[in-house]
This record gives sequence, C-alpha cells and structure tokens, in this order.
Amino acid sequence: MLNSLTLILCCQLAGELSATALQISVPGPVIGMVLLFCFLLVRGSIPENLARTADGLLSHLSLLFVPAGVGVMLHFRLLGDDWLPIGVALVVSTVLTIAVTALTMTWLGRRVSGPDGSSSNGKL
Amino acid sequence: MRDLRDIWVYLSASPLLHLTLTLVAFQVGTWVYTKGKLNPMLNPVLIAVILVVAFLLATETSYRDYFDGAQFVHFLLGAATVALAVPLYRQLEKVRQSALAILASILAGSLTAIVSAIGIGYILDGSRDALVSLAPKSVTAPVAMGISEQLGGLPSLTAVLVILTGILGAMLGPIVLNLIGVKDWAARGLAIGTASHGIGTARAFQINEIAGAFSGLAMGLNALATAILLPLIWHWIF
Repeated sequence: MLNSLTLILCCQLAGELSATALQISVPGPVIGMVLLFCFLLVRGSIPENLARTADGLLSHLSLLFVPAGVGVMLHFRLLGDDWLPIGVALVVSTVLTIAVTALTMTWLGRRVSGPDGSSSNGKL
Repeated sequence: MRDLRDIWVYLSASPLLHLTLTLVAFQVGTWVYTKGKLNPMLNPVLIAVILVVAFLLATETSYRDYFDGAQFVHFLLGAATVALAVPLYRQLEKVRQSALAILASILAGSLTAIVSAIGIGYILDGSRDALVSLAPKSVTAPVAMGISEQLGGLPSLTAVLVILTGILGAMLGPIVLNLIGVKDWAARGLAIGTASHGIGTARAFQINEIAGAFSGLAMGLNALATAILLPLIWHWIF
C-alpha cells in the first residue's frame, strides 16, 4: 500500500516538475499517468499492491469531486448571468459528443472487422 | 450557550469539521442513490454538493474556510488521475485489436466536445470566463481544472461544469445511443467515457462490463487528447 502510493506520488511529482520545467500545457497528473503507464509497459504486468491502491483510489473517485463541486457557491452570480449559454452548451455538446464518438467507432469498427466479424482489410 | 459557541469556534477552525462534513454528505448522497435504485438523477456527488453548500450558507462559512479542511480529499484527485494508468493498462490487449478505430473515435469525440461547447457558448453570448470553463467540461475534473487554470479560466467553476456534464452524460447517454441505434458495447462505452468521464464510466460499469472498461479507457485518452488539443484550439481561436 505504502510503496505503491509512493510510486503514484513520485509519478505525479515527476509529472508536475516536467510540466513546469518544459513549459508544456499538459497538467502534471496527466504526465504522471503517462509515466506510470510507461512503467507498466516496461514491467509487463501490474504489481499486486499497485493494483489494490489504484482500485481503492478509483473506487472513490466521485467523492474526490465534492470539494471542487462545492466551489459552485463562489459562482452563483456568473451562473445566474450565463445560465442560457452554459446550460445549452452542456446539454447539446454532451449529446453531440456521445453521438459522434459512438458513430465513428461503429463506422470504423465495421470497416476493420465487418458486421459479421470477418476481416475486410482488403477493402481498406 | 456560551460553551456551545466556544465549541463551534474551535471546530470551525480545525480541518476535522469540514473533512467530516464532506464525507458524511457523500455518504448520505450514496445512500439516497442506492435507495433510489441507482437513478442517475440522484447522483451522489450532486446530492453531497447541495448538502455541503446548504450547510456552509446556513453557518455563514466561507468556501476558503471549508476548503482548508476539504483539501485533504481534493488533493487525492491528482493521485487518482495518475492511478488511471492501471485500468488503462488492463485494457491493453482489447485496445490493440482495434487501436486505430478507438483512437480516431475518441479524437473525433474530443474535438466535438471542445468545439461545440465553445461554439454554442459563443453564439449564445457567454462570457469569456464561462467559455474557457466550459471548454474542458468532458474531461475528468483534475485534468479539466488544470487546463482551465492554464487558460486563465476558473478552476472551481470548471469543476462544477465537469460534474454537471458527467451527470448529463450518465442520464442522456443510453437514450441517445438507443436513438441512433448503436448496440455495440465497446462503442457505447467509448462514447459515454469520452463525453462524461468518471461519472459516465461509473454508470457504464453498472450497465455492462465491456462498456465500463472502454468507458474508462476513453476517459483516460480523452483527458490526454483534450490536455493537448484544447490549449492549441483556444489560442488559435482567441
């Protein structure tokens, strides 16, 4: 538990440091995620206690959103002024994103393996 | 009466009260969600946020004082983002088989999410703060907040919009997918994960295991794609 948490925090720290040092616009934790992923690729398997720590963290993922979500109380005025653009953008953009992603995957997936599961690489 | 006030002064100055408040509110939210047969309208995060805000307003506590205690929970978001590498790695074999199709669909979804959010917000005359906080709404909160901060947005507003997007995606996702006739679990999972990150993924796992795994994958990759694409698009437009 402790060594896997240390590994995760080290990846995060290395991510934050390289984001600042290289002045790239990717958030530190995302670089940390890529670093941990590379570590797993090199190692070829997931250490058991890392799996336990990661699953533990991720199983309570939604709890971690609460403190940030409470920040809504700072923005009642902005939300009140901009409720129309924000509301419409949230709903329409979310629906569009779901449709575009699913249709692209269905379309490309069919190109690769065919609706009957047979390979159709020749047609590409 | 005086004793009670002394206790309150002591408690409100220590992180214990607001840390406990956060956990209790989330427990109540989870309880309601479970009792309500996992109805996506009864999202535990939404319930917890409403309860905490009501408590803070009633006790005239500032967000900053609350955050002094709640930051211990908030801090773990970064670590949780790093930990996403683990479920991502677990899907490695499945992903290899149709890697190109998966990457292309997540990229298409990521671009759609960014451009449509900014576009609609702009057409309807949203303020700059609203636009920049809306743009990363489909990405998991820690990443979205990081992006929004870098572009001069309001990370706390972004967090709220991210959570709302997650709840919307979890609610509307299955309806939209049925409407456009997409039945493949992998495609359904990718779509929900790309549009509505962790909250959508939690929902996808309840419906189908394959959908959940692909949703988790899409959440991770979209976080990466948006972190790279959004600053480029933003600086290109504005």
